[in-house]
Amino acid sequence: MAQKSTAHRSSNPIPLPGKISVGMTVNGIETKAEIAPWVTLLDLLRDHLDLTGTKKGCDHGQCGACTVLLDGRRVNSCLALAVAQQDSQIVTIEGLAENLADGETLPPLQRSFIKHDAFQCGYCTPGQICSAVGMLREAEAGWPSAVSADLNADHVTLDDDEIRERMSGNLCRCAAYANIVPAIAEVLPIRSPDAERRSGSGVYPERSEWVGDRNKEVE
Amino acid sequence: MNPFRYERASDASTALAMLAQAPEGAFLGGGTNLVDLMKLGVAKPELLIDISHLPYDRVELLADGSVRIGAAVRNSDLAADRTICTRYPLLAQALLAGASGQLRNLATTGGNLLQRTRCVYFQDVSKPCNKREPGSGCPAREGYHRNLAIFGASEACVATHPSDMAVAMVALDAMVRVLGPSGERSIPLVHFHRLPGDEPQRDTVLDHGELITAVDLPSLAFATRSHYRKVRDRASYAFALVSVAAAIDVVDGMVRDVRIAFGGVAHVPWRATKAESVLRGAPATEEIFRQAADAELADAQPLRDNAFKVPLARNTLVRTLLDLTQEENR
Repeated sequence: MAQKSTAHRSSNPIPLPGKISVGMTVNGIETKAEIAPWVTLLDLLRDHLDLTGTKKGCDHGQCGACTVLLDGRRVNSCLALAVAQQDSQIVTIEGLAENLADGETLPPLQRSFIKHDAFQCGYCTPGQICSAVGMLREAEAGWPSAVSADLNADHVTLDDDEIRERMSGNLCRCAAYANIVPAIAEVLPIRSPDAERRSGSGVYPERSEWVGDRNKEVE
Repeated sequence: MNPFRYERASDASTALAMLAQAPEGAFLGGGTNLVDLMKLGVAKPELLIDISHLPYDRVELLADGSVRIGAAVRNSDLAADRTICTRYPLLAQALLAGASGQLRNLATTGGNLLQRTRCVYFQDVSKPCNKREPGSGCPAREGYHRNLAIFGASEACVATHPSDMAVAMVALDAMVRVLGPSGERSIPLVHFHRLPGDEPQRDTVLDHGELITAVDLPSLAFATRSHYRKVRDRASYAFALVSVAAAIDVVDGMVRDVRIAFGGVAHVPWRATKAESVLRGAPATEEIFRQAADAELADAQPLRDNAFKVPLARNTLVRTLLDLTQEENR
């Protein structure tokens, strides 16, 4: 980081901006950090909080390996400045395996990735899973996608084309896509508009209010 | 990234005052383009003023039937908004055709308008670029330019504006509401972005110190029959080679009114006024659609490797209009 290299330049006549205190909740734990303004959320997680499950791929918002949930929404943590996340709620891959049912060690989506062999090297997998969690919430809230036939449908049916389009922000250079799509499809709370919603599935933390449900906003 | 200071603005007047005192300062919205450009060394602000918490996060239906979109509204929220999906489907489609789910969750309406070109030379500080370093030259004219402009380029710059959202908005006669040191002003989006000329470093007519607060979409009843069609190298998550935003009003087989804009073809979202003139009052037939497309594309000045965009733009427009009008006749 620029922080380290410039700190050693004792002859630098321009004083560096001071560190800023930022507080946020990370995987349910209140966390405070003193960081320079240019530290990204990704680097805060990995280098300051030792949460190395979140991966740095391209570091330019192109690959999705760094995807985390920010106030319930999936985002590229490499493009989010940590100092701008005061009072926010962050969930990383490490935080998804909380509040499990008795006898479970992993949530259904992670088990499904293992069952379907939805990775090869595994580097993109934490981002894929966090992205899928956010994507499932968006679909449940009724958000359309670029391949949705009806922008105004009350319910989204996540067929394979919908899953592919909605997951296009996560690249897998091993090309495990053929297994990632069925791994996600298997845990869908709603596979068709007629199917009853599964409640308390543990697919993701229960904070559905984080993604605005468009059907509740109709006046 | 270069060192910089960070401040969070609690209200708009504070944000304006902060920027007035920082000639090299910048506003921070979603950061999806700005933070990337800072990592690349293209943008080097001394101060970032975080405006993402200002109260510009609503989509409002106004009394006159127009819709006001706050500058801080996220692209994902705007694309899912019921009012937008119902009244302006082309805008929802344009937003959903852009970026990825993760990026749309961060990117804001104001920031989307202000994103910079993705021309490879602009983003590579080891190369000359008149937009990044005025007077240093433009390697794109002779180099890699298959994704660059066919309309309105200059000797100095052949870059394209990368936004999908802005293409739909410019077709809808959107107005950009701006707050500055001397008060508020409203700029037609079609005049908001500027052609490169000999000042390609200036993407828009905004002055330093001005803040976008909202985008207003006038009421346009026939926009319910509209579409955004994007052609790109990949099926998803890629910038447009060519895109078309169109809304058309056909009565008894005749075009009563129409709005058309192209994306991926110019330094600005390109409003196709010549095509619109051919179509108004003419029969809604494929023959007329082709004439309209040809009228617009007669001005195209493609480069060595992007001449394919001319027939691509023509065919994309004709197909979009056919889809819209055949739907109408069903």
